[in-house]
Amino acid sequence: MASANAPARKERPLSPHLQIYSPLINMVMSIVHRITGAALYLGTILLAWWLIAAATGPEYFAYVNGLLGSPIGLIVLAGYTWTLMHHMLGGIRHLIWDTGRGFDLGTVNTMSWGTLVGSLALTAAIWGFALKAKGMI
Amino acid sequence: MSTTLRPTPSPTEARIRTPLARARGLGSAKSGTDHFWWQRVTAVANVVLVAWLTFQLVRLAGADYASARAALKSPLLSLPLLLFVLSGMIHMRLGMQTIIEDYATSEGCKVVGLMLNTFFVILVGMTCVYAVLKLSFGA
Repeated sequence: MASANAPARKERPLSPHLQIYSPLINMVMSIVHRITGAALYLGTILLAWWLIAAATGPEYFAYVNGLLGSPIGLIVLAGYTWTLMHHMLGGIRHLIWDTGRGFDLGTVNTMSWGTLVGSLALTAAIWGFALKAKGMI
Repeated sequence: MSTTLRPTPSPTEARIRTPLARARGLGSAKSGTDHFWWQRVTAVANVVLVAWLTFQLVRLAGADYASARAALKSPLLSLPLLLFVLSGMIHMRLGMQTIIEDYATSEGCKVVGLMLNTFFVILVGMTCVYAVLKLSFGA
């Protein structure tokens, strides 16, 4: 039985927060998956804007395409592409995990690195084709 | 999904929960596995649709207005676009819901955030649908 003089509340240990852990690839990819998801959420504004521009008429479409084709626009679009590819590959990794497979440390690390490397490779491939079609490279 | 996949209830659960509650399998959130399940269904749909749409959009790179409009009028692009908007809307609403529920510091923030989430998704989604249909039916 606790005595009446004992402190009412004892300092309890708290579980350590994110900054205490050294970053591991699967943990970083998990965080990036959430960040890319939120970015894609906001990025849908860009898709809606472009579709509205196409539906509005040639002048406004040319204006929007001009903005998107500017150096800053191209950087944003390349970032959008990478974000989409990363979230897609991260999602496929989760679908594999949903089947109960791939939970051993080696596979987890391979799939996590694969998400990063694969997303960069897919982005490079897509932009390689697009810029070539555009005659820019 | 199927009640036959549910584990045998523990003696406690069997005693406390009614047979109807167990048959419904909706749990304390009253939505069962719907959130998880629809996140996966739309994820699979999105992989297929994103692959197709990316391929189509890369082909459009550098195209002038006439050919871009002709491509957007084609059901090969407009129909997958509409499907992607629908699937994407469901997927992003569920995802943002989880983020809001994880980080909202008060019940008020959470309720307002969840409501804004739904408004945003429907606003952006319907804007896309409006544009695609306007193009398809001759803008």
